[in-house]
Amino acid sequence: MSDAPLLSVRELTVRFGRTLAVDRASFELWPGEVLAIVGESGSGKTSLLRAVHGDLPADGGRVQYRLDDGAPVALDALPEPMRRQLARTQWGFVHQNPRDGLRMSVSAGGNVGERLMAAGARHWGGIRAEATEWLRRVEIDPARIDDPPRTYSGGMQQRLQIARVLVTRPRLVLMDEPTGGLDVSVQARLLDLIRRLVSDLGLSVVIVTHDLAVARLLADRMLVMQGGRIVEAGLTDQVLDDPQHPYSQLLVSSVLQA
Amino acid sequence: MYVAVKGGERAIAASHAVLAEARRGDPSVPVLGVDQIEQQLGHAVDRVMAEGALYDRTLAALAIKQAQGDLQEAAFLLRAYRTTLPRFCASLPIDTARMTIARRISATYKDLPGGQILGPTYDYTHRLLDPGLLDDAPVPPAPRAAEPADPAMPRVAALLDQEGLIRPESGDRDAEPPDLTRDPLTFPAARALRLQNLARGDEGFVLAMGYSTQRGYGGAHPFAGEVRYGTVAVEIAPEELGFAIEIGDIAVTECQMVNQFAGSRTEKPQFTRGYGLAFGHSERKAMGMALVDRALMSRELGQDVTAPAQDEEFVLSHSDNVEASGFVQHLKLPHYVDFQSELELIRRLRAEAEERVAEPNREAAE
Amino acid sequence: MSLPGYNFAYLDEQTKRMIRRALLKAVAIPGYQVPFASREMPLAYGWGTGGMQVTAAVIGPDDVLKVIDQGADDTTNAVSIRRFFALTAGVRTTERTVEATIIQTRHRIPETPLTAGQILVYQVPQPEPLRKLEPRETETRRMHALAEYGLMHVKLYEDIARHGRITLSYDYPVLVNGRHVMAPSPIPSFDNPKMHRSPALQLFGAGREKRIYAVPPYTSVESLAFEDHPFHPWKANAPCGLCGATDSYLDEVVVDDRGGRLFVCSDTDHCTTRRAAGHRGAAAGHALAGAGE
Repeated sequence: MSDAPLLSVRELTVRFGRTLAVDRASFELWPGEVLAIVGESGSGKTSLLRAVHGDLPADGGRVQYRLDDGAPVALDALPEPMRRQLARTQWGFVHQNPRDGLRMSVSAGGNVGERLMAAGARHWGGIRAEATEWLRRVEIDPARIDDPPRTYSGGMQQRLQIARVLVTRPRLVLMDEPTGGLDVSVQARLLDLIRRLVSDLGLSVVIVTHDLAVARLLADRMLVMQGGRIVEAGLTDQVLDDPQHPYSQLLVSSVLQA
Repeated sequence: MYVAVKGGERAIAASHAVLAEARRGDPSVPVLGVDQIEQQLGHAVDRVMAEGALYDRTLAALAIKQAQGDLQEAAFLLRAYRTTLPRFCASLPIDTARMTIARRISATYKDLPGGQILGPTYDYTHRLLDPGLLDDAPVPPAPRAAEPADPAMPRVAALLDQEGLIRPESGDRDAEPPDLTRDPLTFPAARALRLQNLARGDEGFVLAMGYSTQRGYGGAHPFAGEVRYGTVAVEIAPEELGFAIEIGDIAVTECQMVNQFAGSRTEKPQFTRGYGLAFGHSERKAMGMALVDRALMSRELGQDVTAPAQDEEFVLSHSDNVEASGFVQHLKLPHYVDFQSELELIRRLRAEAEERVAEPNREAAE
Repeated sequence: MSLPGYNFAYLDEQTKRMIRRALLKAVAIPGYQVPFASREMPLAYGWGTGGMQVTAAVIGPDDVLKVIDQGADDTTNAVSIRRFFALTAGVRTTERTVEATIIQTRHRIPETPLTAGQILVYQVPQPEPLRKLEPRETETRRMHALAEYGLMHVKLYEDIARHGRITLSYDYPVLVNGRHVMAPSPIPSFDNPKMHRSPALQLFGAGREKRIYAVPPYTSVESLAFEDHPFHPWKANAPCGLCGATDSYLDEVVVDDRGGRLFVCSDTDHCTTRRAAGHRGAAAGHALAGAGE
């Protein structure tokens, strides 16, 4: 890990009308680190993730990202073309529902190739070879490269979405409940894949999940959110084994009892 | 045998001559006068004026005659003429509260200031063909009210306004409204632009879109607050005069729909409005327009946009029948250059596909 | 002479000024679609109203106008538009590409290379090259603004994956001046290379869609493709039956009911000029040679 954070979130606030969805959230993400944001449904964790990604306008606070040359930039100060450029090259977002992250009627190869082409790749054979390699890495039979994802199972769609995001070698990946909505056995296989890719590629990841087991398996550190606030932060094992905040204690004990 | 598709001047001239003949029909039947169309086909004249976006009964009647009663073609003729006219100034907004009423009904109040005035309507006729019209049977004079209609006939929306029960009109009243015929339509479109577009829009299209909101595509719960038809004065205020002068009267139909609205996070429950206005007497158009106007406000009111009638790009881009008719029918123009390209391509693709099938077999044989 | 009761070239001067302003903006930003307040014309939408408005805005009494449809001067719509300007502007008209100062076209670029000072006015049915991929105007404008053309390349990628080649044969998208992806109008892709660094001014008018765009002289116009699947301008693999030309775009004419075919130049001026110079094809003397003359 380097000595400067990759992502630095300060006092980020998101409102929906009078509701405070995210209340002055602050955290840092270090290069190569996996950070889990946990909390029950409605705790504001997905809103926080979307605000960091710039999909939700923030009502206060700021998000600072360190570019690959080491220079820090405030995301809200970046002009939109640059922010989108960043979002499709250095960043990746994995949606809970693969339909939100894939073009369902475009072939798997086209889905993976799109980010390469958006970044300027113009050699068809090269794009296809890269897409084939990525299908293999996410354990999809490369023979299915010309099939559209609507012909894929839910687990395959999610793996394809991950390939589409990782193909440009992003430095930062944001994941919103990537295993949500999948069968337990399919979940286990996907988690295993994500863990392997994260360590192989040295990715920095923020992952939102309601499932403490996912956090335990993937995350170095975790944040616990309740009612829009971060109520506890720390090393994953520490928080799970010795939760300090009453809400964290409740969350942990409810899982153990289940 | 090769049939020449390339027509040339003579073919066009001949086609025009045949068209003129077809328009006239059997010469032993008396020719139709433009005044007859104007007087006896009033609804056709109204529709052509509305969709042609030009208020001139005689020119509309002429267009109907020239188009052999094809009302869309007639509206097109009127538009093509209108576009060449110089503009001297813009009129002041017409005041429909000061309308000389021929008909005025409200479905939301049993009685209201000014009363319900049925006027001329097909609503309560039995739709039985009337053989009497085959001959020129004289029409008995209609009874007239002893008293003239009450000149104070407030609009229903104004009554709800007084109680604060209906959402106020949004937008800046004093701002110069944008002009659809002078600036291109861009999205999102201001309400004034949407209304202009709908006012010129095809009656059938606007009607169908409005109808779809009643059938669950857009979730409207409309009441016909008021439909009124009559004549209003058109005024202009020339700068050099400094005051308004009347330049004439036009007949219009106006509809104010009142819609239920549950309120949102920031607004109390209240009624919302939908507005329709059409040249001449056209309640179908005005009511359809009012439904669509309300549906197009969904985004501003924080409602989900799920139905076609709520989608302003969809509605406003397809409402104009002059545009639609032209583009659909342009498919009659020759496309053989493009078709040739497709022909070449499909042959090449088929040949390549056949080669691909043949190749593995060759390998197997070797 | 012009038509009594109407202004020179039909449109009033205010409207022409509005169109010229849009044209100036279009020339300043090559390939960018400028919204303009398109007027109703006495021809139906889809029949060349955009091209006519552009022509009306740039034409002067000394201009010489040529109008073609499908490459030919004698197709009905070309005749009708040419007559319209002869009537409303009283300008001289011609069928010779070299004589024309303004050429209004539907679906073709003349074979004879255009020269500096000439204006080519395209009639455009759908100015938005991304429309088939993204129906919403608000989205496509954003894509142009941010030069996000990944989706366009996805379409081309898919073509090659499915068919082994890009299956666009006309209205083939181009990148103008290295910045804007532009619809060249439904010209065959065969004509695309003629747009690149052309000395002529190329103006595009889409009446129903209310957009004007332009390619100024000597501007780069690159047909989208991949390095390993380069752009190919296809045409029928045959010489013109009438003039023997091997480098012109050909119409395929069915000559009998037994499947007989004759390939002839789509550009009638090109073919006529070659025949006048003594070039003869295999079917020279065919009745078709006289069609329209």
